[in-house]
Amino acid sequence: MNVALLKPAPERVPNDLFADARSRLPGTGPVADLRAASFADFAARGLPHRRIEEWKYTDLRALLGQVAPLAAAPDEAALARAKAALAKLDVTGTARFVLVDGVFAAELSDAPAAGVTLRRLGAVLEDETNTVRADLLRTNATGDVMVAFNAALATDGVVLGVADGARPDKPLHIVHVATQPSVSVATRSFLQLGKDAQATLVESFVTAEGAHDYQRHDAVVISIGDGAALEHVRLVEDAHDAANISTAIVTLGAKARFNTFSITTGAHVSRYQAFVRFNGEETHASINGINLLKDRQHGDATLVLDHAVPNCDSREEFRAVVDDSARSVFQGRINVHPDAQKTDAKMMTRALLLSDEAEADNKPELEIFADDVTCGHGATTGALDDSLLFYLRARGLPEKEAQAMLIQAFVGEAIETIADDSLREAAETAAERWLKARS
Amino acid sequence: MSALLEVNNLKVRVEEREILHGLTLTVNKGQVHAIMGPNGSGKSTLSHVIAGKPGYEVTDGEILFEGEDLLAMEPDERAAKGVFLAFQYPVEIPGVATMNFLRTALNAQRKARGEAEMSTPDFLKKVREVCTRLNIPQDMLKRGVNVGFSGGEKKRNEVLQMALFEPSLCILDEMDSGLDIDALRIAADGVNALRTPDRGFVVITHYQRLLNYIVPDVVHVMSNGRVVKSGGKELALELEESGYAQFEEKAA
Repeated sequence: MNVALLKPAPERVPNDLFADARSRLPGTGPVADLRAASFADFAARGLPHRRIEEWKYTDLRALLGQVAPLAAAPDEAALARAKAALAKLDVTGTARFVLVDGVFAAELSDAPAAGVTLRRLGAVLEDETNTVRADLLRTNATGDVMVAFNAALATDGVVLGVADGARPDKPLHIVHVATQPSVSVATRSFLQLGKDAQATLVESFVTAEGAHDYQRHDAVVISIGDGAALEHVRLVEDAHDAANISTAIVTLGAKARFNTFSITTGAHVSRYQAFVRFNGEETHASINGINLLKDRQHGDATLVLDHAVPNCDSREEFRAVVDDSARSVFQGRINVHPDAQKTDAKMMTRALLLSDEAEADNKPELEIFADDVTCGHGATTGALDDSLLFYLRARGLPEKEAQAMLIQAFVGEAIETIADDSLREAAETAAERWLKARS
Repeated sequence: MSALLEVNNLKVRVEEREILHGLTLTVNKGQVHAIMGPNGSGKSTLSHVIAGKPGYEVTDGEILFEGEDLLAMEPDERAAKGVFLAFQYPVEIPGVATMNFLRTALNAQRKARGEAEMSTPDFLKKVREVCTRLNIPQDMLKRGVNVGFSGGEKKRNEVLQMALFEPSLCILDEMDSGLDIDALRIAADGVNALRTPDRGFVVITHYQRLLNYIVPDVVHVMSNGRVVKSGGKELALELEESGYAQFEEKAA
């Protein structure tokens, strides 16, 4: 018998992917060179797999097979479908910046408020008078192969700036809408928060009618200035057969505040990797989230914190509710650099398993090179508590309702960390929808 | 007088060990029955089996509640029918606000009985009234169920639920454990206020002290999984004098 070995090798990356897309990728000269180099890097390494330590639990070769061809720019019909999807968003009262199939849609977007600047990534990359435009695609800091892939293929995104001291009254809201089936979408956006500025950034990932089996490859690069404060909420509600591979690269100045929450209820495969670096002292970051997973969903939250300077605090808590044969992955790494004395870093992960086949993988890592620090991590994984279930049932709640109440409590405690009332409600609504769909 | 609860020759196992060896007990409407006995005599097991806690295997006998087979019902069905267990150790449920829990539970019971949901103003009015009576600050209801409550507060929360749900059978499992004398009096007053000709109580306790506040009609002594002696309220005083040893010998 002939056995053909299915070799998970880089050559399975379709070489024509980049060649086909090249003509419509914005940017010439140094930008085009950087894209080519980034794609060469990706082509050499291929989709990450289980033997790559950082991707051990999220083997994209096995989960995705290969990268789908890049989505075409949206036509009128696609924009109409996107508009219908926007009407259904739970998050309202925000200044929306809409990316449809990876392209900024001005006609669906709001104008930026006073103190906020908005440019399209595509336009910045095309601007030959801008000598540093290629820097927007440079990704040396993380070395992650999917960030290199994103640099090669990002078609568009928004470049947002908030002026020093500005406090835009509405949250800045990047909405990603997919309208096409079986395509890849690559986007990259930026937010620069000036000194003493205060803002809220929301990222929504949603699906319009007709879109399924697509792959998102997004990156957001956030820079928070000295004394500035950012509230950040991301909601992943992609189609149940879609993939969402997202990276956040965050740099924090001195005396800054960063409070972020990520909730994932959608996507068949999702990976959210956040690289957060403390560059200024007396800064506090609170990094939280929850993944609600069922069927065969795979949800990965990977956080890498770099305490590069002294006197900063970080708090991380990620939760997961895992049903059916879904799988949750949490990887948390805290690097405390030699100078980062008085660092106070705590990391916690809690997984609630609702079925015998559900799985939660937790990998906390602390790498500490300073001697006067407080660092800790904890992890819990378990089923619903029988004694609590019985108490509720003895008070008249049928089994399913009692379970739902305890799951909601577990989720609610996590969502409480969202400071903005309407965003907290939107996250609660997303969680309730997930809970209701649980038969 | 009509029987509210009839336990006939009940035999119960936990894992491989038999805890109740043929227990018989009848509680009529309007009566308060006290069940006393040493540790390990099966008092709490009886209360758990009546409420429907999983993990107990009934190998023989029956429990009838107003003539219906209680053992065939799910715990939530029993609650809706009017069976209420005040827990010895009420659990803490972080993330579930007490008020939300109370309303959800009350309406689940009403729904199961085919009654309309209680309106929010009616519900709030009722809660306020009961809280005042039991000396429960309303702020407590905003917190997670029993989270950070003292022992006394937890027991008062149980009595609050009893007053809200208006069950016809109340089982108090060692309500006096962990309570100081003032907390005990408040909780007992709450229970006494609920004594009506239609309602029955089973009060499980080690100590006679509680029965000074909740005066029973009948006192049973349990030992080794059976009721070994029944009598009037004076039996409790007698036990306080002589202890349980005499019954343990008898059972052995």
